[in-house]
Amino acid sequence: MDKTVLLIEDEPNIIEAISFILSRDGWRVATHSNGVDAVAAVDARKPDLVILDVMLPGRSGYDILRDLRAAEATSDLPILMLTARGQTKDREMAETLGASRFMAKPFSNAEVLETVRDLVRP
Amino acid sequence: MARAALAGSRIRERRLSMGLRQADLARRAGISASYLNLIEHNRRRIGGKLLLDIAEVLDVEAAHLSEGAEAALTGTLREAAADAPLAGAELEATDDFAGRFPGWARLLSEQHGRIGRLEQSVEALTDRLAHDPHLAASLHEVLSTVTAIHASSTILVETRQLEPEWRDRFHRNIHEDSSRLAEGAQRLVDELDAGQRRDVAQVSPQEEVDTWLDAAGHAFAGLEAGAGVEAVLESAGLSSATAMSLARDRLERMATDAVALPTEALAGALGAMPRGEVPDPTDLAARLGVEVALVMRRIVTLPAELADDLLPSRPGLVVADASGTFLYRREIAGFPLPRFGAACPLWPLFTALHRPMFPVRALVEMAGRSEGAFDVFAIAEAQGVTRAGDDPILRSHMLIWPTEAGGRRTRGVGVTCRICPRDGCAARREPSIMALGA
Repeated sequence: MDKTVLLIEDEPNIIEAISFILSRDGWRVATHSNGVDAVAAVDARKPDLVILDVMLPGRSGYDILRDLRAAEATSDLPILMLTARGQTKDREMAETLGASRFMAKPFSNAEVLETVRDLVRP
Repeated sequence: MARAALAGSRIRERRLSMGLRQADLARRAGISASYLNLIEHNRRRIGGKLLLDIAEVLDVEAAHLSEGAEAALTGTLREAAADAPLAGAELEATDDFAGRFPGWARLLSEQHGRIGRLEQSVEALTDRLAHDPHLAASLHEVLSTVTAIHASSTILVETRQLEPEWRDRFHRNIHEDSSRLAEGAQRLVDELDAGQRRDVAQVSPQEEVDTWLDAAGHAFAGLEAGAGVEAVLESAGLSSATAMSLARDRLERMATDAVALPTEALAGALGAMPRGEVPDPTDLAARLGVEVALVMRRIVTLPAELADDLLPSRPGLVVADASGTFLYRREIAGFPLPRFGAACPLWPLFTALHRPMFPVRALVEMAGRSEGAFDVFAIAEAQGVTRAGDDPILRSHMLIWPTEAGGRRTRGVGVTCRICPRDGCAARREPSIMALGA
């Protein structure tokens, strides 16, 4: 398998843990940790899947999601949203803006792995 | 037919307690027994000389029969009914209810007030949970750290043959994150604690200050004597920092006013006014060479003994900013100032804002009430100096004198739309629950 996941998240130890489990599962993992140029990072790396945190320094994950969905190249890209607020409001917001999945912190490694495998069939 | 709220009921009660027959009271007051009967059942309006005569026979103050706390009480009862229209409270019997069961009526009214305050606190708390940036940040931090620890520890437990360098790395991460979690959790606890302390007051700070001012009769001898704001504030016993700060603002304004227009000067000018007439604040301002709004504010802070001597009655005052929000309120019987929500747009308080610096005088009557008329003076004055390019910050003042219409044409106004029975009012913004009841 030669698939790339781009993890956009600002919490270093979460980055490390998710990178570790995804790499062990055979994914290539790229990381990016600020919101301002996240869209550019997606365009540059052309990942097969994006894991996107909502609370990022510089720019909201929702705004990034909106831009990605508006662009032709990334309108169908699988995007897994992560948030520390599991409120219905946030879930609805993510769905409206076109997130493929939504996951509230704290999540388990197995959940992340399962979702990623589900979103990108090898 | 307008009815003197409760006056009739109280006359009847007083007469019965004296063991006086209706016919006797009627004869001594110089009216027919059947007319008195109509009055006692609140079917005829009573005021003026007849009220004075009856009060004399009954050996009570006329004011005791015609006005008082009950007027405010029935107002609150109507408000309470408006809040729960489905309960089917018998609005037409409000006066009767308050007259016959004053204790129950007061209980209901107090609880209505308390519900209003509690609703405000709940709203404030909900708001806080949803919008407090500190609380949201602390919560986010804790959840993120928990997620990181959870992810790292799962890796340690579930990965077979984990290389030592990775194992050390995740151990170190967990250690780091757990310290962060401890700090984050502490911050969260502190935040919630602080919230609890802030919300300890059961009433809003605004209301606490109003209650305190009313209890003090809006007059502070210490302030007049130049004792300083802090000394007065210390004895106020206010519970929250916000209330203290509001009260400090009010007192500082009062202290400045007291210097600008000393009590003796105001008393002198009032003494020179024609007796028995409602003192015109514009007239007083002209005599004293000061602003009209200042005179209005000073009149309501006159010490009780001077006010009794110099004023025909105690006036009410309300000060609002250009948004219509009340900044200062001194309520009098018969002219309630709504506690929540907006007042009647027909009040001269608001018409004065159309033409700042032009005094407005109007003889108004409250729709659906019969405490008589009110001689009302209003003026909107600019606060401080307006710099070129800025708009003036206007403060509208309205001084409310109780009076008798005496056949003169009056302007009909209300308290607030929901409890206002005025028919076909062009200024109405929501339907009234009184339109049919009263």
